[in-house]
Amino acid sequence: MIRFTKVSKHYPTGTTPALDDVNFHVARGEFVFMTGHSGAGKSSILKLMYGDERPSSGDVRVSGFHIGTLTRDEVPRLRRRLGIVFQDFSLLEDRTAAENIAFALEVTGSRVDMIPARVTKVLAQVGLLAKAEAFPRELSGGEQQRVSIARALVNDPPILLADEPTGNLDERATRGVYQLLLDINAQGTVVVMATHNLDLVRFGGQRTLELRDGKLVFDSGVDVGDDA
Amino acid sequence: MNLLLREALIAFRRTRTLSVLSITTIAFALFVTGLFGLVALNMRSALRNVAERVEIVAFVYRGTPSMQLTAASSDIAAFPEVLEVQYVSEEEALVRARRDLVEFQEAYQDLEINPLPPSLEIRLRPEYRDAKHAGDVAERLHGFEFVEDVRYGRDWVERLDALRQIAGFVGLAIGAAFGLVSIVIIGVTIRMTVLHRAREIRIMRLVGATDWFIRGPFLLEGALKGLIGGILAAILCGVVFGAFEAGNFGLGMGLTFFGPLEVVFLIVFGVLLGLTGSLVSVGRHLKKV
Repeated sequence: MIRFTKVSKHYPTGTTPALDDVNFHVARGEFVFMTGHSGAGKSSILKLMYGDERPSSGDVRVSGFHIGTLTRDEVPRLRRRLGIVFQDFSLLEDRTAAENIAFALEVTGSRVDMIPARVTKVLAQVGLLAKAEAFPRELSGGEQQRVSIARALVNDPPILLADEPTGNLDERATRGVYQLLLDINAQGTVVVMATHNLDLVRFGGQRTLELRDGKLVFDSGVDVGDDA
Repeated sequence: MNLLLREALIAFRRTRTLSVLSITTIAFALFVTGLFGLVALNMRSALRNVAERVEIVAFVYRGTPSMQLTAASSDIAAFPEVLEVQYVSEEEALVRARRDLVEFQEAYQDLEINPLPPSLEIRLRPEYRDAKHAGDVAERLHGFEFVEDVRYGRDWVERLDALRQIAGFVGLAIGAAFGLVSIVIIGVTIRMTVLHRAREIRIMRLVGATDWFIRGPFLLEGALKGLIGGILAAILCGVVFGAFEAGNFGLGMGLTFFGPLEVVFLIVFGVLLGLTGSLVSVGRHLKKV
C-alpha cells in the first residue's frame, strides 16, 4: 500500500536533510506507529504520503500513485483514497459535526441523496450519533477528534493517516481515539499514526517506525511482500 | 450548482464585514470610473456640438449661371466628406445679414446695392469635421473656376483638433489608471477574504476537492460582489448626475447620462472585476497549499 525506497527530502531552508535514505513498506491491513522527536521527520513522511511534498530523491508509492511524479490534478484523486487526521482536528467551526463530515462528501462530488446515510453510518462508527448537530465548540477535544476521524473515513479510504491525533487530548480521550483507530484497522484500513506518546506505543504493541534526524533508525515490523 | 451557490452564500454571511467592505470598494472604484466616464461622455458630446459648427463657405463670383451652380453643387455633395451643400443667393445672404447682424441692421437697411456675394455652404459629415479634411475640401473647392474664395476658420478648426486629441489622451490615461486601481483594490479585498478562509481551503484540499471546486464558490462570490458593486455604482452615478443637473451650473447645454447599454457595461465590468480579482487571489493562494 505504501512503499518508501531510498527517500530523501531536502527543504531549501534546511541545512540538514529532513529525510535521509528512508526505506520501508507498509502492507495491506497494517497498523503502524511512527515515533521520534519533533523535527525527526514524521510530518515529512506523512506529507509525502498525502502528496503535500515531493521527494528530493528516491521513490514514494502510495495506493498506486507515484508521489514523485504526481501532477496537481492527481493530488485530489490521491487524497480521495486517503483519510487524514490532524492534531488540531481541522474542523470548520461554523458547521455542525454532521455538516463537517458531509462537507468531505460534497466537495468530492458525491451523490447528494447518498450523503445523509453515509454521514449517519460514520457518526455511529465513531460513537457520536447523538452529537450530530453539535458544533465543534460544543464538543470535547476527544469528541472533536472523533468527528475528524469520521470525516476521514466517510469516503471509505483504504489508508488512514493520522498526524499526532492524540496530541491535544487527555489520557482517557487518547485511549478512546486509539481504540477507535484500532477498530478501523480491524476492518481492513491501513492506519499510519505519528505520535510522541511512547506509552501508547509500548502499550499498543503495534509495528513501530522510529525516526531520528531524518533517518529511520528502528523498524519493529517485518516486510511482508510487495503489494504497493 | 446548488452546492456552489450555497457555499458562496455561506461565505458571504460568515465574512459579512469583509463582504460589505469589498462590495463598497468595488462600488466606489466603479463609481469613480463611472463619474469619469460621465465627464468624458459629456465632454465628447460638447466637442461634438462645437464640431457641428465646422462649416465651409465657398463664395461664388456674381453672375455665375445657376445651372452651373446646381451642377457643381451635386458634384460637391458627392465628395465623401460632404454631408450637404446649400446654395445661398445674394438676396438670401442679405436677408440673413439683416436678421443675424443686429448691430448693422440699419446699415443694411439703407443699402441700395447688395454688397454680399452668393455662396455655397458646405457641411461635413461628423467623422470629417477636422482641420485636415476641411482643408482638403477647401482645396478642391478652389478648383472650381466660379469660386472666388473659401473660408472655414482654419485656426479655429485646428484648435478644436488639438483639444480633441488632448481630451482623448487624458481620457484614456485617467480611465486606464482608475481601471487599474480598481483591479488592485478589489484584488486586495478578495485576497483578505481568501486569507480569512485559508483554513477552509486547506481542509477542502485535504479531503480531495479539486482546484476548480475550491475556486468555484470564490468566483461566484467575487462575481456576486462585482454585480452588487456595479449596481450600487450605477445608482450612485445616477444620484450624483441628478444632483448636478438639478444644480444647473449654467453650462448652457444639456447634460447626457449613460444609455442603458453603458449602464449594463458598467455592471458587467463590475462582475468581471470581481471574477478576475477572485481568480487571481485564489489562484495565488492555491499555488501555496
